[in-house]
Amino acid sequence: MNYLFAAYMAIWILLALFLFSIHSREKKLREEVERLKSILDKSE
Amino acid sequence: MKVLLQHRVDILLFILLFAGMSFALYMALIGAPTEKTMGDIQRIFYFHVPAAITGLTAFALNFVASLMYVFRKNRWWDSLALSSAEIGILFFCMLLITGPIWAKPVWFVWWTWSPRLTSSLVLCLLYAVYLLIRKSFEDPDRKAMVAAVFGIVAFADAPLVWFSIRWWRDIHPSPMLETGNLDPSMRPALYTCMAAFLVLFLYLLRRRFYLEIMRNKIERMIRRTDTIR
Repeated sequence: MNYLFAAYMAIWILLALFLFSIHSREKKLREEVERLKSILDKSE
Repeated sequence: MKVLLQHRVDILLFILLFAGMSFALYMALIGAPTEKTMGDIQRIFYFHVPAAITGLTAFALNFVASLMYVFRKNRWWDSLALSSAEIGILFFCMLLITGPIWAKPVWFVWWTWSPRLTSSLVLCLLYAVYLLIRKSFEDPDRKAMVAAVFGIVAFADAPLVWFSIRWWRDIHPSPMLETGNLDPSMRPALYTCMAAFLVLFLYLLRRRFYLEIMRNKIERMIRRTDTIR
């Protein structure tokens, strides 16, 4: 039963880590977009 | 309008994913009958097999997208190839972790260098190298081309993973659906989990792919701001 629990936990942990990694990369890109927008606005 | 439609597709996919994964968990842990020889440990099978099939599908998509990039030189295909490679690695990590957890109480060893296990590990490592290669090039076109060629070559290991248990003697169980060794009462749980993993694959691919498209747009914006400065 412990092995079964470990296997299913491993799957959910991996999935959560991947989703977290996508989310943090999205957040970084959004911040970058805002920074670039402000540069473009200043130049116009 | 397009953004609104995309948002609705995202919500629909998420609802489908939540319902699908919940039902798959129920079927795998409660709905399916307990196997006579292995007991509850066999229930790992319901997530282990779909992880393998989804991972191979992701690598096949990387192969097709890499081929398309080589012929069309369109960054859209490169983004698709990269997204599918990352997701393929994720599913193969699930496979390579759940496999040994299942093997230990059944085979009494965590790992053995059998053809199926070895070729699966090598495939996962090859796509990890694919990601590393992408990091070692500055020029986006050169990076995409080298990665595409490597992706095409790396996929040569996928048929070995698929056919290894058919071609060579292996400790790994034979393909249960093809040989009819899977009890009919266990099939609904396996099919449910496969469907849920397919939705999970589509959901992850969609999110990862749009992230890459967004990154490409930002790269173009950076080049534009550099010319302004």
